This record gives sequence, C-alpha cells and structure tokens, in this order.
Amino acid sequence: MSTVQYADFKSRPFYGVLKPASAVAHLIVAEGEGAQAVMDLIAKAPADFASKATLLYAEGPYVSENSRSQALRELGFARFHTSATAAAAVPRLHGALDRLRMGTEVYLTGNESALSLFVKACTEAGLDYQGLQTEHRGSLARRMQCVHCKGITEDVTTQPAECAHCGLLLLVRDHYSRRIGAFQGVNINAEDPSDVPPKEEIFR
Amino acid sequence: MGSTASLPTFKDGTYRDDFSFRNSPESVLRAPFPFDKDEYMYAVNMELHKDGRPGTAYEQPIDVDEHYLAEMRDRALVLDEDPLRCQSLPHMEMAGWDTLELLMECKANSYPDSFSLERDGDQWHWINRPMGIDQRFTFGDATTLPYGPLEYITRQAQGDFVVLDERANNLWMDAGMVTTQADWSLDFDIGMNFFEWHAPVPLAHEKGIFERAIKYLLAVQQSNPARRLNWTMTVNPRLDTSPENYHQWGPENTHITPENVADKLFLRIELQSFWRLPRSNAILFPIRCYFLSMRDLSTVPKWAKRMHRVLNTLPPELSSYKGLDNFRGTAVDWLAQFDDGSPTTPGPFPD
Repeated sequence: MSTVQYADFKSRPFYGVLKPASAVAHLIVAEGEGAQAVMDLIAKAPADFASKATLLYAEGPYVSENSRSQALRELGFARFHTSATAAAAVPRLHGALDRLRMGTEVYLTGNESALSLFVKACTEAGLDYQGLQTEHRGSLARRMQCVHCKGITEDVTTQPAECAHCGLLLLVRDHYSRRIGAFQGVNINAEDPSDVPPKEEIFR
Repeated sequence: MGSTASLPTFKDGTYRDDFSFRNSPESVLRAPFPFDKDEYMYAVNMELHKDGRPGTAYEQPIDVDEHYLAEMRDRALVLDEDPLRCQSLPHMEMAGWDTLELLMECKANSYPDSFSLERDGDQWHWINRPMGIDQRFTFGDATTLPYGPLEYITRQAQGDFVVLDERANNLWMDAGMVTTQADWSLDFDIGMNFFEWHAPVPLAHEKGIFERAIKYLLAVQQSNPARRLNWTMTVNPRLDTSPENYHQWGPENTHITPENVADKLFLRIELQSFWRLPRSNAILFPIRCYFLSMRDLSTVPKWAKRMHRVLNTLPPELSSYKGLDNFRGTAVDWLAQFDDGSPTTPGPFPD
C-alpha cells in the first residue's frame, strides 16, 4: 500500500483503514475499488450502521449500475447515490457537506486522485482534514498541478509527465497541496530542453 | 526604541534582463554573511533579533538598504505578471493589518528622515518619501487603501513576507507576498503547515531540525523577534527565482564558466526573522535576500576563504537540493586563489 512507501514525505497524504466510529450519522464517499473498503467497513460495523449512513459512490466512467453498485445498494444505506466519476460526485458531496449534521463521521475511499478531490471538498466545507477517515483503494495515478501554468492534469501515471495544458515535460514531485488537491509538477528539463528523459509508468 | 539611521543614496540596478544590480563596497561589508564556521550543515541557528551590530544589516529591525527602490520596482513587475504571488486566506485579514502596523512602525522609528507614521485613533497618515507615497487611511478598513493591507505594505518593503497562523501547536502558511524566493511557490504551499511546506528539504527532517525549530518559533513573543540565516547560490542577481518561471531562468544555471564566475555567480543570503503579531497572534516571517557576487566576496579575505571551504565540503545532498551542482566546482576553483589554508577567525564578521 502507498502508506508505507511515502509516509516519511511530510506533505504527502497517507491513508489508513476505515473503521466504524460511534457517531450520530455517517457520510461515506467511495470511488471504484473503494467499494470493497465500504464492504469491509460494514462487516466491522454494528447492525444499525447503514441505517444512519449516506453513501455517495462513483462507479467509474461510462458505467451504469455495475455489480459493485448493486452489491453496495443491498447493504441498506439510508441514502445511496451513484455518480459516474469522482469528479462528477463532487457537486453532490458539496451538497451533502452543506447539510452535514454536527457529530457526523466522514469516510473517504478510492484511488489517489479521487481521495484528492474528496478531501479537498471536505476541507473547503470547513472540516479539519485530520478528522477525516481515508482509505486508499485502486490506482496510484496522481492529480498533478503544473507549477508553471497552474493547470491540473488528471490521472498521471508516468514519470516524467506532460502537462495537459502547456505541454511542458514535468517532474511529478511527492510535494502535495491539500488545498489544490494535487502533486506538484515542475519542468524536468528546464536547464537543457534538448535533454528529454524517457517516461516510465510508475504511478499505477 | 533603538538608534535611528539615514538611508544611503539608492542605486538603479535591475534584477532581470541586463542585470545591472551592483553592490557598493559599503553594501558588501554590511551584508549578513551566513557562515560562522568553515563548513556548513543544517542547524537550528536561531537567535534573538535585537541590539543589532552597528554598520551591518542587523542594525535596524527591518533593514532598508541602497537597493530599496530597485527591489520595489522588481516586485511590482513580478506582480503585474503574476498576481498569485501575493495571497491571503480569508481568516488572515487581521494579520495583514498587524503586518502593516509593524512595518510602518519599524521604518518610521529607524529612518525618520524617510518614513513617517501619524496616528489619530484609527485615522492613520503614512509617508514613504523614497517611493513618493503620502497615504491617509482608516486602520482596519481595506477600502481606504489601494490594495489589501498585506499587499499594500509589502509593496513598500524589501524581502518576502510570509504570515504564519498558529493553530493546533503548529504554524500554517496562510498568507504571503513572495517574489524574491529561492525556488518555492506560495501558490502551491499556501495552507500547509510547517512540516508540510518543508517536506522537500533533504536531511533536516531526519536530524530533528524542524521539531526543534517549531518549538522555538511557537515560543516567540511580542517585542522579542528572532532571526536565522539561510543561503543558496543564484546565477545572475535574479531576485525572482520562482518555480513558476523556472523553465525561463533554468538554462542560466548552465551558463557559469571560469571566465564569468566572479561576476555572474552570487551567494544568495536570506535573513529570516520571526515576529509575533499582537492582534492576530500570527507570526510574521520576513525572508530578506542579499546578493554577494563571488567578486564581492573576494574583497573580504575571510569571507572568500570561508566560502571556498564551505563549498568544497558541502554534502552532495545539499548541493543538489540547493541547485549548485552545475557550477559549484567552477566556484571552488575560482575561490581557491584566495585560500592560503590558514585558519579563519571565529564568527561571521570580517576581520
């Protein structure tokens, strides 16, 4: 898991394992393979847990009601919504956060990019990031902000990686901004643009 | 209240394009040379920022020097191109007013011929003679100034300014004016805590430097500011070595030759200070940059000798992190002519 590999890089987020909290209500936001983390959470939780919980689930692009969604639906959540992608789930998450009751526990799970988006939405709503439960499941692909043009490139899997906005070849750093919800990308061959290092697929 | 001083004649140098920045001989000698020994490693090199030694950059709490107007012109150019270099999270407005008050008071107290501040309740009158500014405004009412309070006053003060909010036993970089930075981005780092924004620094986390430093900083009290020095090296006297523009200035890192190293390579000194602010309880963190070319250093025998030894023995991780690998050897070779191997006297000041 990513937690061990990067735990010593101080700005980089690290993630835990979702645990049922005793709370008046639960807000769970999951993406893709995070469905299994939700199953594992429910397996550990008291019987009335789902009846006090809202689940927002991003199934993955171009999917309608896949097998994961169906399995989650059967768990009996008080409210259950599906979205195509993590990005598409964010407006609904903002809405849920606007109506959040005091004493609600928040659980976030999914791939690295989805967690970036979900944590960012929660902190924008005024929640302390240290009070959020997070669990990483699925891809380590990164959201990356180009420090030069400020554009965000989604689902970065290679090192280095091209900025989708200005086209510069960027070193994908471990330095991470929670406010932006992205890792920092810095031009890798600024000193000698003719030196073009090969791309390696390392964030999978 | 300390001694007062008069400002020197201002120089017209530039920090970009033709790089006409030059130090006067007096400006070299007053610089805060950062090495008190012949080798360098990170340390919690913090001390009280008061009772400054006369004739040095430490003499006044907020130093104004011969490059004041040139540096303010450069800052205005940076902000025209990239307004994100000055940002303040919404809860930092009061800390901005605290900053404005501190900088106006310090300048008016230190340099009464050049700056004045008159206060009648919340009706304030600020005069900055070098910049030709005469401003009446209502303290606490940002609509009476042309910019927010932090931006207004830091467009009139040399060096970068970061404002740190204190919460949960940590310091959070929640506002700043950053145009003379050694390759870090306020826009990316704003909102981070002390450990997060220092994450890319090698070796220092393992040495416990940041744990000790934050304890010291959290204990900084009003009227007892602290300071430390940091350093790196920069090709050309470019104040704005930002990551935002790295793809533009990066190629210059490869332009140092034995023929041009004396005048093209600069020791970049950061005089960092830490001030507890009275209303917000935030900490103001000015990061003031001083440039000394290798030729400037060679005019002070102790400094040339010591610079030679520090560069020669610098741990490779630090050389790489500070971006010195392209030219460190060339600088060591050039400085060798000033190093006869004899011992240097303790402390940073010239003999």
